Amino acid sequence: MKNENLYNYILGIADNSLILGQRLGELCGHGPTLETDIAGTNISLDLIGQCRNYYQYAAKIKGEEKTEDDLAFLRLEREYKNVLLVEQPNTHFGYVMGRQFLFDVYHLMFMTELLKSKDETLAAIAKKGIKEVSYHKRFSGDWVKRLGDGTDESNAKMQEAIDDLWTYTDELFDMTAADKAMAAEGIGVDVSKLKDAYYKEVSEVIQEANLKLPESKYFIRGGKKGVHSEHMGYLLADLQYMQRTYPNMEW
Amino acid sequence: MTLTQTANIDTHLIPILEQVSDPEIPVLTVLDLGVIREAVEINDVIHIKLTPTYSGCPAMDVIGDDLEKAFSEIGKKVTIELVLAPAWSTDWISEVGLKKMEEYGIARPLSETADKEVLLGNKKLVKCTNCGSTNTHLVSQFGSTACKALFKCDACQEPFDYFKCLK
Repeated sequence: MKNENLYNYILGIADNSLILGQRLGELCGHGPTLETDIAGTNISLDLIGQCRNYYQYAAKIKGEEKTEDDLAFLRLEREYKNVLLVEQPNTHFGYVMGRQFLFDVYHLMFMTELLKSKDETLAAIAKKGIKEVSYHKRFSGDWVKRLGDGTDESNAKMQEAIDDLWTYTDELFDMTAADKAMAAEGIGVDVSKLKDAYYKEVSEVIQEANLKLPESKYFIRGGKKGVHSEHMGYLLADLQYMQRTYPNMEW
Repeated sequence: MTLTQTANIDTHLIPILEQVSDPEIPVLTVLDLGVIREAVEINDVIHIKLTPTYSGCPAMDVIGDDLEKAFSEIGKKVTIELVLAPAWSTDWISEVGLKKMEEYGIARPLSETADKEVLLGNKKLVKCTNCGSTNTHLVSQFGSTACKALFKCDACQEPFDYFKCLK
């Protein structure tokens, strides 16, 4: 296929949004309060909207009559290239907000860089998405502070969540072959360059939230290469059920 | 910036476009909302370019179907293309649209700077659509749809939606 790197590159970005959107969607009707429930599904909707834009573009590049639905619903686990962070389960609300915050900080930096892409479609998706992602970050960052700086119990739960999720952050800055090729062409983002700014911003919020920076230097990676955590299989079983059971169904 | 200045729309199509409204804010037509970027008739086919308000706005599919239906009633075929650039802005909502929105119970988007102030809870600038007081507070940055935030009036105690500024 022509443009193989571009195709793989777009799928990687799209998968992050799809999988996190799916996780947040699972919370629909289960949020701790009505407002947080609605916020979670709003953010999910933004992410799924963004991934639809990416998948439509990737499907066009792929040709072979592929559609966005084929790409979102009919690939195998090893073919999804999302980072491990976004597939982690919704343990509790603090964990969900911690996961969201750690991704949002990265996501906004990523989108801000993607805006400069030489690829017009990617730049346009970023232009649209950047406004949405700034809202997400404000929301998740506020909750990290509120829970971290809240009661002893909320502080302990938030700390535990950050300690656990921290191990998935370093993978955000790994460069796959497609990442490298696209960055070299001025189409993709060199995410390895975002690392310092990311940890600086995250650390500031963590300190403001009365939380401790995790000391662990042990990081887990693999999602970008298609090697996922155990949770991913269960997530996909839910996500793909309708298309697998009723092939070619349409909403 | 008003819609007529930025969108390329054949004038004879306007009466039909005016019949299609936003499914989530039914008082607004697609023209009031500014989501139609182009509508031109070429060889009996209407070519429409539509831009989403938010990436995941579910109203877009419905609006597309409604446009097809409205034009099929006068025997015209329609092609719809979703365009992302330039990104939709709340500046594209017409003044008439903003007034209709307020009457419907949704506070109009403020300027970009004012929007940040209210969504961060620093200033009370959003006017209650029920009693007009600005003694209001933000309940949630995310409201009943992607484009709205939820507010409550501290004067009359009524909750109401605020259309978030998007530039």
